Amino acid sequence: MKKGLFIIVLSGLFLLLVASILQMPSLGSIENPSYNETAVYYLENAVEDTHAPNAIAAIITDYRAFDTLGETTVLFTSIAAVISVLKISHHSKNKGDKANG
Amino acid sequence: MVEFIRSIVEHINYVASVALFIIGLYTVLTHSNLLKKVIGINIMETSIFLFFVSIGYVHDGSAPIINLGGDRVIYVNPLPSALILTGIVVAVSITAYSLSLIIKLYEAYGTIDLNEIMEIRGGRTNE
Amino acid sequence: MDDLIVKTITRLIVPFIQVYGIFIILHGHISPGGGFSGGAVLGSSMILFTLSYGLTDATKKLPHKVTGVLESGGIIWYILLGLMGILLGGKFLSNKEVGFFMGQAGEILSAGIIPLITVAIGIKVASTVITLFHTIIEED
Repeated sequence: MKKGLFIIVLSGLFLLLVASILQMPSLGSIENPSYNETAVYYLENAVEDTHAPNAIAAIITDYRAFDTLGETTVLFTSIAAVISVLKISHHSKNKGDKANG
Repeated sequence: MVEFIRSIVEHINYVASVALFIIGLYTVLTHSNLLKKVIGINIMETSIFLFFVSIGYVHDGSAPIINLGGDRVIYVNPLPSALILTGIVVAVSITAYSLSLIIKLYEAYGTIDLNEIMEIRGGRTNE
Repeated sequence: MDDLIVKTITRLIVPFIQVYGIFIILHGHISPGGGFSGGAVLGSSMILFTLSYGLTDATKKLPHKVTGVLESGGIIWYILLGLMGILLGGKFLSNKEVGFFMGQAGEILSAGIIPLITVAIGIKVASTVITLFHTIIEED
């Protein structure tokens, strides 16, 4: 019962998304509006500016290095979150056992 | 009809990403096992990555590693690939955090089924 | 797990996986790859070791203290590289303007701070993957 309702709603959502996606510029065309002056600038000036042939490395570690610093902070935060969830209560349980015993 | 089919073929990657998104959303909504919900969230993230990388694709384009001293060739758009690296890192972090929460839930309730947890908590189920 | 075949193959193959990960990290600015993918390969080699030898042996090889120092060290090294740009008279994380060694494009020793930042990201990602796995599979 519930599953049938979900299937109807999700197929409606699928039709809506596909109908809107078919209005996008076609896949792989060089006239695509996402291939704008920013990407062309990176491709043309990356070797001169950074001496690194890999344009993606030039973007993530030179042009947008501050962005990547935030990205590594996300990793750090995830470790802090996981350890605070899994480790902290473990210690407090030990303490409680000692207090009880 | 021919126009419609041609339009589908021209946007096949986008259609695939929408299909993946719907599959992930269906998994999240219908399954009561928490691990399967996490897998559904991961499928949705993958659909977004496919969508972004498809935006950057160019026909006959090579990977954006500049051909030093060679001819001028067409490269794919490097910007979506660089942005998606951030998304992958966030996906890994979210998966690890939700897995640790599931471990804590299993320690507390002895099950990872959402309906059983709701029953233990107050007798109300999600069905 | 006490499977002789799995243990022997793991012992043989882990150094090669680690060399490949280091190769990807060090060639991040001239070939496909970079800090994130190379770090993931390095972390996966340690995950393979943990899966075949057990958690106690793996934490003996790579204790939690070492991975904690590596995590903090990677991000501190990154920030120090950024501050060096300010020290030399530019902006935070500026590369060519402040006169880092640029070299010839296409060689390993080139491109200023890009290989150094890539190494920092690689260490960070590898230690993150290992720490997350060890913390999650730790029992009791």
